[in-house]
Amino acid sequence: MNAKTKFDWGKLVHWRFFMPIVCLFLVLLVNVIQTPDFFVISINNGVLYGYLIDIINRASELVILAVGMTLVTAASGGQDISVGAVMAVAAGICCQILSGGAVSTNTLMAPMAIAILAALAASVLCGAFNGFLVSVLGIQPMVATLILFTAGRGIAQLVTKGQITYVRVDSYRVMGGYIGACPVPTPVFFAIGVVLVVNLVLNKTALGLYIESVGVNGSASRLVGLNSTHIKFLTYVIMGLLSGVAGIVASSRIYSADANNIGLNLEMDAILAVALGGNNLGGGRFNLMGSVIGAYTIQALTTTLYAMKVSADQLPVYKAIVVIIIVVIQSPVFQKKFRSMRHGKAVTVNAG
Amino acid sequence: MSEADNKQRQVQRMSDSLLLSMRGISKTFPGVRALSNVDFSLRTGEIHALMGENGAGKSTLIKVLTGVYELESGEIRMDGIDHPIVNRSPQEAQANGISTVYQEVNLCPNLTVAENLFIGRQPKKYGFIDWKTINRKSAEILKSLDINVEPGKLLGECSLAIQQMIAIARAVDMQCRVLILDEPTSSLDEEEVEKLFDLMRKLRSEGVGIIFVTHFLDQVYEVCDRITVLRNGELVGEYQTESLPRVQLVAKMLGKEFDDLAEIKSERKNSAIPAEPVIEAEGLTHAGTIKPFNLTINKGEVIGLTGLLGSGRSELVRTIYGADRPTGGTLKVNGKTVNITKPLDAMKNGMAYLPEDRKKDGVISDLSVRENIILALQAKRGMFHLMSRKEMDEAADRFIDLLDIKTPDREKPVGSLSGGNQQKVILGRWLLTNPDYLILDEPTRGIDIGTKTEIQKLVLQMADEGKAITFISSEIDEMLRTCSHIAVLRDGKMVGELTGEELTQAHIMQTIAGNQTGGTGGADA
Repeated sequence: MNAKTKFDWGKLVHWRFFMPIVCLFLVLLVNVIQTPDFFVISINNGVLYGYLIDIINRASELVILAVGMTLVTAASGGQDISVGAVMAVAAGICCQILSGGAVSTNTLMAPMAIAILAALAASVLCGAFNGFLVSVLGIQPMVATLILFTAGRGIAQLVTKGQITYVRVDSYRVMGGYIGACPVPTPVFFAIGVVLVVNLVLNKTALGLYIESVGVNGSASRLVGLNSTHIKFLTYVIMGLLSGVAGIVASSRIYSADANNIGLNLEMDAILAVALGGNNLGGGRFNLMGSVIGAYTIQALTTTLYAMKVSADQLPVYKAIVVIIIVVIQSPVFQKKFRSMRHGKAVTVNAG
Repeated sequence: MSEADNKQRQVQRMSDSLLLSMRGISKTFPGVRALSNVDFSLRTGEIHALMGENGAGKSTLIKVLTGVYELESGEIRMDGIDHPIVNRSPQEAQANGISTVYQEVNLCPNLTVAENLFIGRQPKKYGFIDWKTINRKSAEILKSLDINVEPGKLLGECSLAIQQMIAIARAVDMQCRVLILDEPTSSLDEEEVEKLFDLMRKLRSEGVGIIFVTHFLDQVYEVCDRITVLRNGELVGEYQTESLPRVQLVAKMLGKEFDDLAEIKSERKNSAIPAEPVIEAEGLTHAGTIKPFNLTINKGEVIGLTGLLGSGRSELVRTIYGADRPTGGTLKVNGKTVNITKPLDAMKNGMAYLPEDRKKDGVISDLSVRENIILALQAKRGMFHLMSRKEMDEAADRFIDLLDIKTPDREKPVGSLSGGNQQKVILGRWLLTNPDYLILDEPTRGIDIGTKTEIQKLVLQMADEGKAITFISSEIDEMLRTCSHIAVLRDGKMVGELTGEELTQAHIMQTIAGNQTGGTGGADA
């Protein structure tokens, strides 16, 4: 055989994005058979249209959350389950300021920048609260963030006085809709922006190395001069900020603040995205792009099921089945079997 | 006592039947041959010391025997079982009559003595736990072994010695015939050790075979009938205790490299570095662990710290380094008073600290060799001054080369290297920061003798370059070879500083032991 054309499978299998991408393709593959028009992208009324666009658009909030969740997981070896609730808080504050305290408004009662900044400040505060509990008081992340998981939506309800606050102003709909004549939905830009900025920070500062170091061995990290408390705290603050961004985008999509439904169950999808991305939920080494691919995989799955006309209330069942399959494929035991299978094959080939 | 002892030995010699025999045991870990073709036999009713330096293969042999590690090659036979046994788990080993009691007692401190004795095998009555029987049987067991403790007492409230004895009692009651005691005495005081020995002698007279792993030579000569010595994963030999003088035992443990090591010191150039203090500690203390101490360390000087386990050796250097925040006293670095509250402060003042527990405090196992090497320098520079990839690669390659770190490439996770190479990575990490003062806490523990010599040479070389060094080791001869000055600690207090003529094994042991000159090393030299 020609050695040059031989593809190095071993290298590919060990590539860190291999499993996440395989999973994504697996999900998309189903559509080739089931919904042939799944991959058709057209332009309707000057905007891009199609299932794929829908996936990329709808996944935006999840991508933003998954980025933050990856950092939190890596540094603290635990997850922030309050992100969905923090989204609701940010949305509530943003809409309330814009509506001037009214239930519904047709004109902006305050500058948009102030409303957004206030919402982001509140979500950073939420992140700082979580970070304090985890890094300073040493509470388990799941327990610490359980507080805001339950209290967050209550706070959001308080802010919106128990009503759904509507901001029926076109300029507020830009973040969840389209900028002018741009055919690409705005949330996509938010997601890309967040991924780019975080990647930039990780590549231009030592934060990434610090997070991994603290996540792998906190006590050794302290002795080489790292402040693991600060680093963990910082990841929760970043998580809070990103939850706020996601909350505003989600609220802009529906030009309202629905305290009960914004970001509902999204924390679980975010954690799942991190896991699908091949990250160890126990912390340490992380793979940011893996999580991003994981987030798109989850959204692709949801959209696929809708395309297959699965009703919304049955959706979780099918989602669970697919998730089980994906997680099993990625499990260490299966991977080991898979590798030894390949290995065995290679040996017989050599023998032959 | 000694008379009874002799009598027992005679009894034992009469019934010289083989209880356990291990033949041709080998075990390989990635890159390391931990055991090669080792034989070991244990007779009924004997206490058998398993000796060897750190990394000789003692714990590997025990772990193979007890099923913690898989048996790779070789054969294990037990008296009364007519086929070779293979223990795949400690439970299986227990079922075959082999029990282990570790240094850290692995019982439950929040349960009572009686509950601990019967945990996992509680007698039941109508499906419920039969507390009456548990308490009655516990009292019987404790009485039969002369362990003086109430069955209802919480285990956590008992002294460590009692806890260990409870662990032994549990093993004995589970029909164990081979009892392995892995460093049981390192955290016990003399009186407790004596009690433990009484119990061991009692079990011996009942026919139990005891494998005793320890570092204390005195104890070996006090209770053991036979000694098996391992070195570098190979069997050196099996000896009757009375026919093997101490000096020979040490020589066998160290091997022929003994001469090699002795020469190290003479290699040292007589550099004339002026006595310039780098570290001056005055009344420095960390409440609860180390009492106020004064210590001056000069440029180009290697100061040793010694003392028994828990004497405060590590705590002293941790206080200087800021790993434990000092609660009193002053510290001057290069003549300037400094306030060190965390490791980063110490690093910025030119200190470096190689911690005792490599796994827990040293390596960051999932990170690469490169990342582990540059981490301290990067932390010193700060988050916003990321080293360029080129700089990192060069630094990593430089120390892989300089320290001869055996790794396929610099991107391998450090956890996949052998212990000695991991230690070199950490050493490289600190050398990269170019410290003035280097603290080395047990730098040679658990690494092979070749690397050990290399590290010792490196220490002297660094001193010649004008660095101040603190060297901690539980092996006194290693310190004698490297240190110009030895400070002795006892119970968290610095009790003496020895220099020049005073630097002999006997003198150091005497200082460690204090005034009660009971069994120091001098007598048997």
